[in-house]
Amino acid sequence: MAVAAAPATELARVKAVVGRQTALRRLALLAPALFIVFLFGVCPLFIILIYSFLESGAYGGVDWVFSTDAYVSFLFTRDMFDPSVMSFNSSNLEIFWRSFLLALFATAASLLIGFPTAYFMATRPRSTRTLWLFLITLPFWTNLLVRTFAMMLLIRDEGFINDGLIWFGVIDRPIVMLYTDFAVALGLLYSFLPFMILPLYASLEKIDFRLVEAGFDLYANRAKVLRRIIIPLAKPGIIAGSILVFIPALGAYITPTLLGGGRDLMIGNLIALQFGGSRNWPFGSALALILMSVVLVFLMIYARVSSERNVQHG
Amino acid sequence: MEKQIAVEARGATKIFGTGEETVRALDDVSVAIRENQFFTLLGPSGCGKTTLLRLIAGFELPSAGDILLEGQSVTHLPPYKRLVNTVFQSYALFPHMTVAENIAFGLEMRGLGKAETAKRVEEMLALVRLGKLGGRRPAQLSGGQQQRVALARALANRPKVLLLDEPLSALDLKLRKEMQIELKRIQLETGITFVFVTHDQEEALTMSDRIAVMNFGKILQIGSPTAIYEHPTSRFVADFIGETNLVEVGAAAPANGHVRLRFAAGNEVEVALPEGVAPGGRATVALRPERISLTRDAARMLTGRIDNIVYFGTDTSFYLTLDDGKPLLVRVQNREGARRSYEVGEQVGIAFRPDAVQLLRD
Amino acid sequence: MADVAMKPVDPVRALSRRELRRLDLAYQPGFKPVAWFCILLLYAPILVLAVFSFNENRSVTRWTQFSLKWFRDVIANENIQAAALLSLQVATAATIGATICATLAALATTRTLPYRGMGLAYIVINLPLMVPEIVTAVATLAFFALGRVVLGLDLGVFNINLILAHMVFCIPFAYLPIRARLSGMDRILEQAAADLYATPWQSFRYVTLPLLTPGIIAGAMLAFIVSIDDFTISQLVAGPGQTTLPIYIWGQIRRGITPATNAVSTIMLVVSIIFVSLVFFLGQRRRR
Repeated sequence: MAVAAAPATELARVKAVVGRQTALRRLALLAPALFIVFLFGVCPLFIILIYSFLESGAYGGVDWVFSTDAYVSFLFTRDMFDPSVMSFNSSNLEIFWRSFLLALFATAASLLIGFPTAYFMATRPRSTRTLWLFLITLPFWTNLLVRTFAMMLLIRDEGFINDGLIWFGVIDRPIVMLYTDFAVALGLLYSFLPFMILPLYASLEKIDFRLVEAGFDLYANRAKVLRRIIIPLAKPGIIAGSILVFIPALGAYITPTLLGGGRDLMIGNLIALQFGGSRNWPFGSALALILMSVVLVFLMIYARVSSERNVQHG
Repeated sequence: MEKQIAVEARGATKIFGTGEETVRALDDVSVAIRENQFFTLLGPSGCGKTTLLRLIAGFELPSAGDILLEGQSVTHLPPYKRLVNTVFQSYALFPHMTVAENIAFGLEMRGLGKAETAKRVEEMLALVRLGKLGGRRPAQLSGGQQQRVALARALANRPKVLLLDEPLSALDLKLRKEMQIELKRIQLETGITFVFVTHDQEEALTMSDRIAVMNFGKILQIGSPTAIYEHPTSRFVADFIGETNLVEVGAAAPANGHVRLRFAAGNEVEVALPEGVAPGGRATVALRPERISLTRDAARMLTGRIDNIVYFGTDTSFYLTLDDGKPLLVRVQNREGARRSYEVGEQVGIAFRPDAVQLLRD
Repeated sequence: MADVAMKPVDPVRALSRRELRRLDLAYQPGFKPVAWFCILLLYAPILVLAVFSFNENRSVTRWTQFSLKWFRDVIANENIQAAALLSLQVATAATIGATICATLAALATTRTLPYRGMGLAYIVINLPLMVPEIVTAVATLAFFALGRVVLGLDLGVFNINLILAHMVFCIPFAYLPIRARLSGMDRILEQAAADLYATPWQSFRYVTLPLLTPGIIAGAMLAFIVSIDDFTISQLVAGPGQTTLPIYIWGQIRRGITPATNAVSTIMLVVSIIFVSLVFFLGQRRRR
């Protein structure tokens, strides 16, 4: 017994040493990335959480006095002469609602355009497919500001489209497109369309085409194969794509500022305004956190869906 | 003269997972493998054979037990300090290196000189008959060629022991047969101890000096291919190696290391009692289908009815149902003149010599 | 006659395009035009923008004559030079820092059994991708302002504020391709190296790193693109005088557009396109 016990304790010792070394090495490898992201990515979120419960400073910044004003003023306006009187003010809610509708529109439109596109891509021969994939990926990585500016040039009153239509004699005075909700919606669609197509393509490309053949074999026509086989199988991609478009569209800043002209705001501009000209940091922080929590809800749905997908395939 | 022991496992145990989901991949396995042997670990997938190999290579730490190379414990040594090399199932050739660079890798890591390394690479390329392919990348080779490179890369280091983890499983049948002969030749030529893992019983029988049959993390039987095939000691081994009939018999009390077995037709057979077998009233015996025959004579051991006759070219298989309802397979070689005209539905007797009877432990 | 008999009629050739389409099970009516419309929507605006940067006229919409004068103006413009230099400096520093961090982190989060905290580490590293850009922007602004007030730290020196802010969102972009490359890499190769007497360091140096290099390059390029293209975060974090190229372009757009704005934008587009093409086609070639 004593002989057998000696190697056993030795084994346990070696295991403990190896385990400790592995844990230390992992920690050392993770440390730089975690340090940077935590300190300069996560801590700032905590700072604005604190800021949102402080009073606005007279010249920007904050006064270190606890206050829930930022959240209250999201829904109510204090009377100018008697601060204890508050009246309901729906203007912030309206901006949230507008943002929500515009983001929803962008999502629906990009699904409507993106699905046929992704399907068409996925059914091309391999070499052509790569080229299509490249063409869709490219805008994904090009400068959003420049792309929005390009859209602006296209739809201005004296822009390419209006000039062209007038030149052809279709219209005699320009159609006002820039600085309208239409412009913002179009801009959001244009900005985030690749976010829809790429996940759609990924799930459509994975579909075993023999299933489609089986559908036809069982007397389905094209429309029925699409509705009963292809769309259900592409559902994870549809959900992923929708969320990937909806989230950045909801918090968009460049698009509503350039194409909406800064009159009809979205959440993104509203937040930026609080840190710029109108300078109410606590209110801006509160708005940012509200946006953040809406996004979190959608992200959780996304995580649920994608983990379900993993279980199904795993 | 007794040969030295090259590799030894003592009470090797490996438990994967924690809490309720633990799996005992290897359960208190002890085995000693002698030098210059072609030793095979044979068993179905998940039986622990690959785990034992990985413990010897050093890729896993045992949960308990000891691994010895030439009498020295290496349990706590990392793989790069063990004089063993592995041929991986997927070959694991470095894709960014040429064939020659792959073969030279181990030699360079050990700091062998440039000239010596180059010489050794040439030798190895010749040994595995890939003379002109040293400059190619693994991706440009066929499966069989990749297999040879993997072998050369491991052998270049002149290891004490070569571990082969199902190295032939990715090859097609014809190539596999070729490589079996090739591997055996290389083993004889180099005199290196081979520890070969496979689930293919035919491969094990044709190539090995000794075989260890494993199941559920334990070694069930160790012996020469003949011993394993002819004298299986357990149901699992009898069933896993080749085709076999398992028949229930009555057993008398053993005496002088022998035991009398009574078959259903009433005849008795006396057989030697294998080690570790203690029949009590009933016992199970294994009967190889080619060691038994059909008969219409009265001198019979069992009786049954022919359900189906299948012609296989070299031989014919008779599928029977015994009187007690159990199935039985009889295989008869199709020699000229030896053909007897049995028919489906016929009641026949089964005869065999006493040495065809293998008494099992369980 | 003999000629006709020699050539068998190709049964597929004989069908009209419509008939062929009927036989193509993958075909869905109307999908092809939508796909082409999609390409038109994505590319028409930037194409028009690029074309008019070569317009001789001051107008950005009425074509008169081909000219390179706006590009000459851009290249000669000292403000643009300074902005481009700042963008390059920030992007280079952020890329190097982010790629190193991401490579190390990827090594710690792949090809291992799940361990306690791995999921959390993964979430933290990818967090910048999940937070809306404008939220990150204002939060970082508030954070640096607090640092200045409380600790008296001025991170504007050497553009450290911009570099750090960029590193945060560059890390996940660099991390993803490196991680993908690593998890696609068979652990058995490192085991083979260890089996062939390579110490852990040698195995990393001669097997892991060479095989990982394409992933690292792709990660670094993506980090560089997202850094040089970033506007929202840079605009809020940048102090006075810290004008990156996108901030400069923003100012131009708001002040009044000239073809010079188009020209700067075109240059930025071309840079992005070159980088993305490299990443994409290198990746495709590796996959084959």
